[in-house]
Amino acid sequence: MKQVTIKTLFIVLSLIASNPCIAETDEEKGLAIATEADRRDTGFKDSIANMTMELKNKQGQTSVRNVRVKTLEVEGDGDKGLSIFDTPKDIKGTASLTYSHALQPDEQWLYLPALKRVKRISSKNKSGPFMGSEFAYEDISSQEIEKYTYKFIKEETINGIECFVVERYPAYKHSGYTRQLAWINKQEYRPERIIFYDRKNTLLKTLNYSGYKQYLGKYWRAETMHMVNHQTGKSTLLTWHEYVFQTGLTDKDFNRNSLKRAK
Amino acid sequence: MKKNLLLALAFVLPTTQAAEWSGNFAVQNRYFLHDPLTQNAEQHNNYVSISAEPEFYHSWDDDRQSLTFTPYARIDQYDNERSHGDIRELNWQRVFDGWELKAGISKVFWGVTESQHLVDIINQTDSVENIDGEDKLGQPMVNALYEHDLGTLSLFVLPGFRERTFADIEGRPRSYPVVDTNQVLYESSDEDNHIDYALRWFQILGDWEIGLSWFNGTSREPVFMPGTNNGQAILIPYYPQMTQTGLDVQMTTEAWLWKLELIARDWTTIDSQTQLLTAEDYLALTTGFEYTFVGVFESDADLGLVMEYLYDDRGDETTGFFDNDIMTGLRLALNDEQSSEALLGIILDVDNQENLVSLEASRRLNNNWKLELEIRSFHHIKLQSRLAGFKNDDFIQLDLAYYF
Repeated sequence: MKQVTIKTLFIVLSLIASNPCIAETDEEKGLAIATEADRRDTGFKDSIANMTMELKNKQGQTSVRNVRVKTLEVEGDGDKGLSIFDTPKDIKGTASLTYSHALQPDEQWLYLPALKRVKRISSKNKSGPFMGSEFAYEDISSQEIEKYTYKFIKEETINGIECFVVERYPAYKHSGYTRQLAWINKQEYRPERIIFYDRKNTLLKTLNYSGYKQYLGKYWRAETMHMVNHQTGKSTLLTWHEYVFQTGLTDKDFNRNSLKRAK
Repeated sequence: MKKNLLLALAFVLPTTQAAEWSGNFAVQNRYFLHDPLTQNAEQHNNYVSISAEPEFYHSWDDDRQSLTFTPYARIDQYDNERSHGDIRELNWQRVFDGWELKAGISKVFWGVTESQHLVDIINQTDSVENIDGEDKLGQPMVNALYEHDLGTLSLFVLPGFRERTFADIEGRPRSYPVVDTNQVLYESSDEDNHIDYALRWFQILGDWEIGLSWFNGTSREPVFMPGTNNGQAILIPYYPQMTQTGLDVQMTTEAWLWKLELIARDWTTIDSQTQLLTAEDYLALTTGFEYTFVGVFESDADLGLVMEYLYDDRGDETTGFFDNDIMTGLRLALNDEQSSEALLGIILDVDNQENLVSLEASRRLNNNWKLELEIRSFHHIKLQSRLAGFKNDDFIQLDLAYYF
């Protein structure tokens, strides 16, 4: 009897430990999932990668953009990013530097190689298209927990992957969305799909992640991100190549002078 | 010397992998809407020109060292001065931990405003390219830059002076009478070999960015003396020595950019009454804002409103174009696949209503081709004004460029 009680207690305890939804609201569970996803992606320090974007219009005509992206992890704040554009050829050598923040406005600079001019620019345009693609600036910027409030919706299996479905609501200003529905891999806490609803709460876009690879035995990065705009019929296929982590980048590689040198 | 460097580049090219060429070729057509001011038979109404600006860039030593070579050339149908070549860049750069060294011909930009660039002083203006002053000639320099918590300090030693370019007798727009660059005069006995010095401190303090600069040497802006060439009236450019201190500030919030450029210059100019060289101190400034409306007309487009006030304490005695003027601009960016953009601007003289209207628009055609349109027109221009030369020179310009 005594043994049974201890056993029962053990089962109850382990149930509590393994299932965070006990005595938890859907909002708390949503936040807990986002927090765990953030915890698992912390500590990568820095990364360098090449990005190719293929833009496709309704008629199926395509155009390509190539960007080299350097990222510096900033603990307790948004990351720093330096992007260098290689194509289209008329903007080759143009570079942008962003200090992203969770709720404060980002700080952003643009380098124009023809004029050798660095411009500090307005960071209000979060909802605008990135290089004419279906990705908005807010879709590709550093994802911080504080940027959204969350609500756990359900669990669902998509493409054979068990996921948490979490709804998130932008807490930062000037977002183009009322809400996003995110499918988070239950095993790895990485996004598999995000559906975006515009300011009128109408279905706008679907983003599917695929070709996940693990780096440094810990950090998952999707090789392709496919965004389809349901309202315009346009789509963008974003492909990441040659990811390198912990290359030794520091703050000095992410300032105005390094932006001016970026080639 | 230049030949040897070119030869060296030719050897470097096939053997290195990080070496790369990029750049553009362009064809331009400029159409003037009215006949020339003086009904001058030498000038024309339509000018075709072609240009090339290739760039060679090679880096090594983990990108800590690099070599950049950017030659430039334009061939104009009629204007022999606009047909010209230049080395925009030919320099070696070395990056150390916290500081940088650059030696060779290079281009530097300082400042924040859009309507004019008072603080930007290192490079000479290539004014035959365009009257907006945005095109610059390459400047020989040795530049050391040091990064510190208290700001970035940049030191320049500038050997060798570049003369400003001016349109030939067949060119448009141009001054009346034409500038004769063969008769150029200098205050310094070193003429174009005078060594100039410059210093700049720059710091970012949250939303504020502040630059302080100092320059001592040959003025990039000439003053003009009346002269003759074979009995014809001409203008002789005279380059005085000068000291200029500059301040540039920008304050950035989400949608607002607040800007200020201020200069104090101490130089020699020509007194308009006596026509004699006279020492002069003056202040000039440009200040204003840019506000961006995001996602206008239910679209992805951004609309920016730019307003700047241009002031020069010499008033009508200014050697520049603006002394008490207001610039109003509208910048439209469609944020589409073709990066379609347009900037409409008006600079209005508050005192005499003289005004300059300009429209610059561009659109990418595909990965390699780009189309650019520029329209400039001049209104209420007085015959005795410094802008008199532009009176009949409203033009429409189309550039088709191939980028590689």
